[in-house]
Amino acid sequence: MRCNCYIPSGCSVSGIMSESGRRQDGNAIIKSIALMHDRSNGLGGGFAAYGIYPRYSDLYAFHLMFDNIAAKERCEEYLKDMFDIVRDEEMPTRPGGVYEGVTAGRYEEEGVQPITDPPILWRYFMDVPEAKTRFVSDREYVVGQVMEINSEVEGAFVASSGKNMGAFKGVGYPEDIGVFYKLDEYKAYIWTAHGRFPTNTPGWWGGAHPFCLLDWSIVHNGEISSYGINKRYLEPFGYRLELRTDTEVVAYLFDLLVRRHKLPIELAAKVLASPFWEDIDRMPDRERGITTALRQVYGGALLNGPFSIILGHSRGMVGFNDRIKLRPMTCARKDDMLYMSSEESAIREIAPDLDEVWSPRAGTPVIGELDEGVA
Amino acid sequence: MTSELPPEFIVKIDYNMCRQCKRCVMNCSFGCMHFTDRVVPEHKLCVACQRCVTFCPEHAITITKNELAYKENTNWSPETRQNILKQAETGGILLTGMGNPRDYPILWDHLLVDACQVTNPSIDPLREPMELRTFLGRKPDRLEFVESEDGEIDLATELEPQVRLDVPIVFGAMSYGAVSLSVHRSLAMAAARSGTLMNTGEGGLHRELYPYSGNIIVQVASGRFGVHSEYLNTSAMVEIKIGQGAKPGIGGHLPGEKVDEDISKTRMIPVGSDAISPAPHHDIYSIEDLSQLIYAIKEATDYEKPVSVKISAVHNVAAIASGIVRAGADVVTIDGFRGGTGAAPMVIRDNVGIPIELALAAVDERLRNEGIRNNASIICAGGIRNSGDMAKAIALGADAVVIGTAALVALGCRICQKCYTGNCAWGIATQRPELVRRLDPQVGAERLTNLLTAWSLELKEILGSLGVNSIESLRGSRERLRGIGLDPRTLELLGVKPAGVGQ
Repeated sequence: MRCNCYIPSGCSVSGIMSESGRRQDGNAIIKSIALMHDRSNGLGGGFAAYGIYPRYSDLYAFHLMFDNIAAKERCEEYLKDMFDIVRDEEMPTRPGGVYEGVTAGRYEEEGVQPITDPPILWRYFMDVPEAKTRFVSDREYVVGQVMEINSEVEGAFVASSGKNMGAFKGVGYPEDIGVFYKLDEYKAYIWTAHGRFPTNTPGWWGGAHPFCLLDWSIVHNGEISSYGINKRYLEPFGYRLELRTDTEVVAYLFDLLVRRHKLPIELAAKVLASPFWEDIDRMPDRERGITTALRQVYGGALLNGPFSIILGHSRGMVGFNDRIKLRPMTCARKDDMLYMSSEESAIREIAPDLDEVWSPRAGTPVIGELDEGVA
Repeated sequence: MTSELPPEFIVKIDYNMCRQCKRCVMNCSFGCMHFTDRVVPEHKLCVACQRCVTFCPEHAITITKNELAYKENTNWSPETRQNILKQAETGGILLTGMGNPRDYPILWDHLLVDACQVTNPSIDPLREPMELRTFLGRKPDRLEFVESEDGEIDLATELEPQVRLDVPIVFGAMSYGAVSLSVHRSLAMAAARSGTLMNTGEGGLHRELYPYSGNIIVQVASGRFGVHSEYLNTSAMVEIKIGQGAKPGIGGHLPGEKVDEDISKTRMIPVGSDAISPAPHHDIYSIEDLSQLIYAIKEATDYEKPVSVKISAVHNVAAIASGIVRAGADVVTIDGFRGGTGAAPMVIRDNVGIPIELALAAVDERLRNEGIRNNASIICAGGIRNSGDMAKAIALGADAVVIGTAALVALGCRICQKCYTGNCAWGIATQRPELVRRLDPQVGAERLTNLLTAWSLELKEILGSLGVNSIESLRGSRERLRGIGLDPRTLELLGVKPAGVGQ
């Protein structure tokens, strides 16, 4: 399942969030990403959803992919040692399901099969045993276990590992992946989606977006040209970057900057897509001091290359572009809803009547946050 | 006993073209050209510095190797035999100047840089910003913020001093004494114009250059020449010189003949006395001692200036660099075995040390593995020849590179390797006033500024082709390098994949 190749991507992204925490099913996000069918090539699609497991909201929900039964057994042995497994079950799927919308009937034309050959998909709701976290925090412990499984347990891959959220991804067009995973049966207050156009190598199930760690999820259109140094920057902090895809660095960088270094999200976004020196030099004193220090200290975390990214986390959604906006991103609002997408059409498709539509400036994050007291 | 050494070079004068202007006679500082009824060269004295060739208005002079002065023999090269003859005649250590000229592999020439196609667009540096700004100094691992009374976010972490470079190239340490004041002036002016630093070397700083303090690294070497409180504070950064790539483990010696009034004042030694730098610092016999000196300097400069420690690239360089960072250095300068010198024993220069490419890769990797890479900047010195070398050094992990020899070449140096004679015809490695005058600091500064400008433009082209618009995204990004013609072990040490392997 895991291939040793690095996969740059073309892609489409879309995100929907209710700032008041209203949960809605996956039909809208599927419809939105389906409109951008031609931005992907059938080699990967996926979704992240927040608020989907209210009954188990205190437990870490692990979505796992296994190459075969032996890998599942190996991994479960490991999980049993490391966690208290409260519940585990096969992921509900709809094998052979095909999206019945604008893209229906294209398969024969294009000679591409809908979802085929999925790995074993299983989910686990788990607690961290108290004895394991005497010297590290819960979340630090979970990060360590995710790294360990992804690097050391052959044939097993953690698709997501947060609380009350999950990633649903695989090889295929995103709309079909959505149908396959029965997303119409889940309800979430944040949905993000990704359609993939990898420009080399076969896609693999684990390599589809979103990339997740704890409750961070990343969908990404573009390529991280600074991957080499971002990877070397992260490694001494204990992150193991062995998935060979540039997007994972974005998830880990957010984890490092926001969870471990406690930077506010605005400042973390400034690290990843920093303002240019010529603009920094013109900033007022306080802001210039902060921005200069961020660039001096976090140079290895600067993301360079073309990208538009939607970051999901349990309290919100952040969209941002590279420093010179080499990839598209449009945002919109309607009442309590915040939309982000590669194309305005993909927003209009599900919300024709909008209060506000805008294209964020290069490097300027758009930050959506749940209202206080919600969820 | 007269020397049996045959001349190394033959000076050919085309008498049909020569119009007997005697410019060559005036220009030759090695006493090779005489005029009787016509120009007569004394071949044995020629060092091939090309001064006469350059200034002959008729282009009537050519210098060639004395091809068959020694009968061909692969094992016994002319130089080998010549050196034996010299030593048989004198019983002395062979002295030489400039960097290691031997045929060791130059790894820069076995590294290739990536470029973007289609999926990640390249960026046009003429149309988009392309940032080279670099800060040297110790950085914390993370920043902390507090909310201030007015509800704004404030920086809670206080950063150690950072020195800003507008181009990631600093000039190499070359002492006043080894080189002329004209060279120091040229370097200081060019550094100021280009937003970078020159390095005093170990001979102190002439008072006339004090106004350039913001662009100067002042060096503290084992001889402590010219080191005083004001000197330390007239700087952007202070460097402790432990070693030099051209002569690791070896001290220095400036002959008394070169110590004139000005140099005497600058170095704080009597006129005409030899300036001898001991091989070790006599107060540094361990890493704890180094730490003491680092903090003594920080105390003396009010913790306002980063302190760099310069070492030569030797076998165990990574562990040494790690110790230096832990001892409190804010910058580590590593000088490879191709680095230049005004004078060094040939046997040391040609046989001691390791290539900077390997040393740099090892140090950067070691500091990262230990989680202390952010705690010090790495400056890579010794054999950087062009902007390609610079880009590769930065990709291997350097924050900035040093140019010494390249800067001197820009000033006129022809790398004849006779710096230690004090007769430099180009006014560079000499204190003879009539020769020093040949180098106009205004012209020198302009040529050096041009060189830095040209390399910066080229580096921006490389960044653009890599699809990144800031130097941080190249620094340490070994993924963007590939090795060609290198064995697997070397590739592993450099941390690069072989050419032909994708990502």
